[in-house]
Amino acid sequence: MPKLLEVEDLRTQFYTTEGVVKAVDGITYSVDEGETVAIVGESGCGKSVGAMSVLRLIPNPPGQIVGGQIRFQGRDLLTLDDAEIRKVRGHKIAMVFQEPMTSLNPVLSIGTQLTETMMHHLGTTQQEADRRAVELLGMVGIGEPERRLKQYPHHFSGGMRQRVMIALALSCEPRLIIADEPTTALDVTIQAQILELMRDLTKRMGVALIIITHNLGVVARYAERVIVMYAGKIVETGTSEQIYHNPRHPYTIGLLNSVPRMDLHRGKRLVPIEGQPPDLTRLPPGCAYRPRCRWAIADCDRAVPPLAEVADGQLSACLRRAELDASMRDAS
Amino acid sequence: MSAAPDIRARAATSEDVLVEVKGLKKHFPVTQGLFVQRVIGQVKAVDGVSFTIRRGETLGLVGESGCGKTTTGRCILQLERPTAGEIVFDGVNLEKLSEKELSPLRRKIQVIFQDPYSSLNPRMKVGEIIGEPMKVHGVQPDPGKRQQRVAELLSVCGLNPKFADRYPHEMSGGQRQRVGIARALSLDPEFIICDEAVSALDVSIQAQVINLLEDLREQFGLTYLFIAHDLSVVHHLCNRVAVMYLGKVVELAESDELFDNPLHPYTQALLSAVPIPDPTIEKTRAHQTLQGEVPSPMKPPSGCVFHPRCPMAVESCKAGIPELIEKRPGHWVACTEVS
Repeated sequence: MPKLLEVEDLRTQFYTTEGVVKAVDGITYSVDEGETVAIVGESGCGKSVGAMSVLRLIPNPPGQIVGGQIRFQGRDLLTLDDAEIRKVRGHKIAMVFQEPMTSLNPVLSIGTQLTETMMHHLGTTQQEADRRAVELLGMVGIGEPERRLKQYPHHFSGGMRQRVMIALALSCEPRLIIADEPTTALDVTIQAQILELMRDLTKRMGVALIIITHNLGVVARYAERVIVMYAGKIVETGTSEQIYHNPRHPYTIGLLNSVPRMDLHRGKRLVPIEGQPPDLTRLPPGCAYRPRCRWAIADCDRAVPPLAEVADGQLSACLRRAELDASMRDAS
Repeated sequence: MSAAPDIRARAATSEDVLVEVKGLKKHFPVTQGLFVQRVIGQVKAVDGVSFTIRRGETLGLVGESGCGKTTTGRCILQLERPTAGEIVFDGVNLEKLSEKELSPLRRKIQVIFQDPYSSLNPRMKVGEIIGEPMKVHGVQPDPGKRQQRVAELLSVCGLNPKFADRYPHEMSGGQRQRVGIARALSLDPEFIICDEAVSALDVSIQAQVINLLEDLREQFGLTYLFIAHDLSVVHHLCNRVAVMYLGKVVELAESDELFDNPLHPYTQALLSAVPIPDPTIEKTRAHQTLQGEVPSPMKPPSGCVFHPRCPMAVESCKAGIPELIEKRPGHWVACTEVS
């Protein structure tokens, strides 16, 4: 199958008074048609900046995409001019943001926001757009769509606003949706409703989905493939089974050991990752995870370890990836 | 650490209860009008909550936004005066005390807040932040000794004592939360309310702080009320857990028992909504998605407040308010349909 999205050696930097922050530092990955990929990592690892770079939504200044290629349906998005990239945004690639409170325009009715997008991108008539808007609201589970379309964002609860965002994202029949922490601001029962809805609709319409999240449970439930990021780089990638059952990078292992498990009985102490997340303006030479890594060796600070295959479709950026199997993990 | 003399001889009880909450209610008036404010209704944030916390145990209080868990904590802290009900701390009914009589007791009840960014004064150095409660309560009037105590508290919380000279903005979120914990410990409290104390932290840092809270509990014999919405964290840290919905406790049990055998339909839905970090388990797990959203606490439904969303609801649920009843030893449920 052809790749829908191919990101190659993407580099995005921010120029701050503290120095140059290499927020995304050479990441390479691809997404197939209809596939659900999760990008996980902690605050500041570059997961959001990496996704925003795909749509060129990096504020400049202070940010800048300094290198790499982003090929979407074969076209390099980084070479498009402003008018051309605007045709891609919200049309072929849609976004769902974390904050349903701030990502809708508070002074426009929901109906206006939905129809405006369709009329702009698809060139539909007002009547056709109105009809589609009713259909879309029904599809995302909002009752009485005709009445609700006349309302404004403040009439909607957080979960309902996120449903509107999903309707908006789907309105122009995109091929890819990028959802940046789509449910982080929501309560757990609403989170489940929204994620189930996103999964059902993207599967039904064959839309590819990139979920950016820090929640390892959400990843396990919804993603087919997982990309783990640390300090602006991809440290491990594989299918969700590979990542959860046979992680081969110390950071992935550390993350999995850090989350309490609701399904296991109490009593076991958590094994946290020692130390603090790195300062991106002063990264150590070599592997950025080295100062916190329990398996670090002298070679780790010589050069940045490249991503290399450890199993079919699983890549790890660790010098000791070959040794780092189950027996070594359990001995820790 | 020196224990402050008790305000009154401790009543010996079989279970050694430290905190008792009896029929707690906190209603906030809702007003309308710009110049003449009229009360147009009541938000029943907490509506008849009762539970006890034993000395040395950690009780978890879980529920979604607006269920009243934080207001319950604020009432125990006496930051809010309850509309009705009693808070008994170490045998003393706090509702009967004046502000002046409360002051010595406030030392024993401390709080750790969620947001390590807004709960520390940005203009104070870390040393001053941690020393401030000792100054206010006149525990350690001598600045030299206070400084020494601050250094001690910092190292207990896993921070370098040199951090006393830093400002909060020079520290990461995890380090700031450790400062918040050191401040809570500065007055040798017996009881600490942790209100979403680890929710804002990244998972790797969250695990460090959870372990710290566990260590401190052991080292100083602390009792916690752990208020949180993250059920996995609550399960890990708490001996017993109370589940709240729209101002009421709907279920209360030992932690493992509650997570193994949730009896209330709301608890069942809540647990089923939490994804487990294991793709193989997730593939086979039954997911029961709760329909609808939490109703407004201004106009709570009649009878059982959960009945409009409940998959088990019958006609009688609309009328009678279910009592919290001990259905199994130590396992309390407020549902008439659970046998």
